[in-house]
Amino acid sequence: MDPLALSRLHFSFTAVYHYLFPPLTMGLALLIVILKTLALVRHNEMANQAVRFWSRIFATTFIAGVVTGIPMEFQFGTNWAQFSTFAGNVIAQTLAMEGAFAFFLESAFVGLLLFGEQRFGQQVHWFAALMVWLGTWASGFFIIASNAWMQHPVGYTLLPGGGLELSNYWDILFNDWIAPQYFHTMSGAAISGAFVMAGLGAYYLLLRQHEQHARLFVTLGVIVGLIGSLLQVFPTGDAEGRQVTFVQPTKLAAMEGLFHSEQGASIVILGQPNTDTQTIDNAIAIPQVLGILTYRRWNAEVQGLDAFPRDQWPDAIPLLFYSYHIMVGLGTLLSLVMVAAAFLLWRRRLFEQPWALWVLLLATPFPLIANAAGWLTAEVGRQPWVVFGLQQTTDGVSPLLTTGNVLFSLIGFAGMYTLISMLWLVVMAQEIVRGPDLQTAPADIFAST
Amino acid sequence: METLWFILVGFMLTMYVVLDGFDLGVGAIHLFVAKTEHERHLVLEAIGPVWDGNEVWLIAAGGTLFFTFPRLYGASFSGFYLPLMIVLWLLMLRGLAVELRSRGNPVWRGLWDALFWLASGLLPIFLGAGLANVVRGVPLNAQGYFFEALWTDFDPRSSNPGVLDWYTVLIGGLAFTALLMHGANYLGFKTEAGLQLRARRLAARGWLATVLLTVLGTAATFYVRPMLLGNFAIRPWGAVLPLAAVGGLVAVRVFHARCQDGRSLLASGVFLAGMLASSAFALYPDVLPATDRAYSLTVTNAAAPPYGLAVGLAWWSLGMLLALIYFAVVYRLFWGKVRLADERY
Repeated sequence: MDPLALSRLHFSFTAVYHYLFPPLTMGLALLIVILKTLALVRHNEMANQAVRFWSRIFATTFIAGVVTGIPMEFQFGTNWAQFSTFAGNVIAQTLAMEGAFAFFLESAFVGLLLFGEQRFGQQVHWFAALMVWLGTWASGFFIIASNAWMQHPVGYTLLPGGGLELSNYWDILFNDWIAPQYFHTMSGAAISGAFVMAGLGAYYLLLRQHEQHARLFVTLGVIVGLIGSLLQVFPTGDAEGRQVTFVQPTKLAAMEGLFHSEQGASIVILGQPNTDTQTIDNAIAIPQVLGILTYRRWNAEVQGLDAFPRDQWPDAIPLLFYSYHIMVGLGTLLSLVMVAAAFLLWRRRLFEQPWALWVLLLATPFPLIANAAGWLTAEVGRQPWVVFGLQQTTDGVSPLLTTGNVLFSLIGFAGMYTLISMLWLVVMAQEIVRGPDLQTAPADIFAST
Repeated sequence: METLWFILVGFMLTMYVVLDGFDLGVGAIHLFVAKTEHERHLVLEAIGPVWDGNEVWLIAAGGTLFFTFPRLYGASFSGFYLPLMIVLWLLMLRGLAVELRSRGNPVWRGLWDALFWLASGLLPIFLGAGLANVVRGVPLNAQGYFFEALWTDFDPRSSNPGVLDWYTVLIGGLAFTALLMHGANYLGFKTEAGLQLRARRLAARGWLATVLLTVLGTAATFYVRPMLLGNFAIRPWGAVLPLAAVGGLVAVRVFHARCQDGRSLLASGVFLAGMLASSAFALYPDVLPATDRAYSLTVTNAAAPPYGLAVGLAWWSLGMLLALIYFAVVYRLFWGKVRLADERY
């Protein structure tokens, strides 16, 4: 493979891996604020124990997110130097704002959330939880704003020398693309946290351990998970799909597997895109639906890939098609799980149904897979552009990289991330075994064992 | 405007070196000053609430460099590809070690203590060598890019220099001893009894080594890049910066003798800031000198256009104000000598 292909693999591998952790921290941060508010308002000591327990889970995940996040910023420079030189003036505004407005805030208040309860009291602890939530979600905003600009560049002028100049700061901060993508991503994060919380609660209930806490976990997880799942489909998912339709028709055509423009386009539920024959093999399709989803009209014509020059097609159509279908498929299934669980919860039968608890337990990792598939759809679908319509990915790569050097760092990251996965799992297992009902707050994480 | 941003990015990097510097230094000596498990706990608790925030200065400086000097960001990050990847892995290992060490038996703790020491010790060497690469110059081509091997012939005046040569390793060594001294000062400030005494002894030794390497390193710098003195001749007021560094170094010795740990820490911070500011002053207007001088990146040819720089200044000022407030609050909250919870109750 050449340095370009390896650099793409390098970025996608480190990005997909990194994004296992932030959805959990962003989701858990929200759930921790809810739990802490519950503890304060109702003077509920069990909720306070839950806060401490989930803060410990949060902390390890947060560190994993931080250490795998730093390489993302570095890679813009190391592997995509020409992109950085070309677009840095614009895109790095929002990236640098993340450092200035989110990272400093998080680093200060995560410390307080973990170390500060005994020393500074309940109100300060609640405030720390609130600020951690705001910090992690602000972090998400700046990253989405940066990505939104790559999907839909605004607020720039082209310089005669070939670079870009920022021409309107507010345009990049209030890019139309941001809102649908941000809320879609954030509700995905809330779902991820909620499924983990509900899944662990289900595990404890099946084991008949920590049952009081477990009921709280399942209840909160299912409520937040249900709200998040519904928001994920409508309005956020729908709005994302429509803006892709209008702004990036090539992405839409490729992810739906629509090789040929079609009047009253049908939607492919399952199938295998065949790029040689430009058809979907073994397709299971529903007529008319794609036209309704995109243009809200029964007989709308949806542009297929054949409406665009071949050199503007995404270059990995099967990957894009499968990623998108995995995301939508999992999203649908997970919504159904939460609707069913919420129904049983409402009928007060959820805690006594082992099969339902098993479903919740086994569903735990799937939101993370859906998140990864969603990002693959967004990024693979943007190809062949690194900045949509302005710079092709081939023109963004660092010019002097060699295959060997990129392989060196790719293999290094593969090893390092294998290590991080194992360590994260070990720590999670320890915390799960130790359980949530410690009687006193440990003064600090170092004294905790 | 470009010059202002040169100073501001320099300020952020200096904040990183002064703040993360002491917890890197602490990591580099913790195996030697902390004799018991109890003392290890104390050492880690001394940096526990602050190390992550300190490291954010590096990330924030990187982001700021990215939008203010995009050409410099692209050129330097891709050119220093190999050492940066190694630095990333060391930063990862270090973060993991702090988080994970207390979660297992003595063998597990021993492993992470050793990795924490190794990563904390190697990072200053790489950071110092990185700065020395910038001072020495890199083989930028006409398109404004370069790629450095980890080492070539170890000759800093070579036409194809590597990341590591005798000069950059020497400066890496200086960074190591300087941060070791800085970290030992911090531990002296934060701890008591045997731990404090051992930290003070190490700080004194670190001071001696730092003086030696500062003299050697300065001489080597002027041998490798004689023209660096030029700026001091044009703007003599710049001599304040190296004088501050020397003053800081002298003050460290004075406060050591008086056992004033807080002031020694402050003095070693002044030394580090003075050294970095002197280097930046000497380099200006170059931000990345090239082996072939015609290709050097300067504050003017590497900077982003003025609108982005002006807008950035507005939000950056607000962001830094907030950051400094958080730091003041966090350091205030965790002020004083560290003790473990079980001692308090």
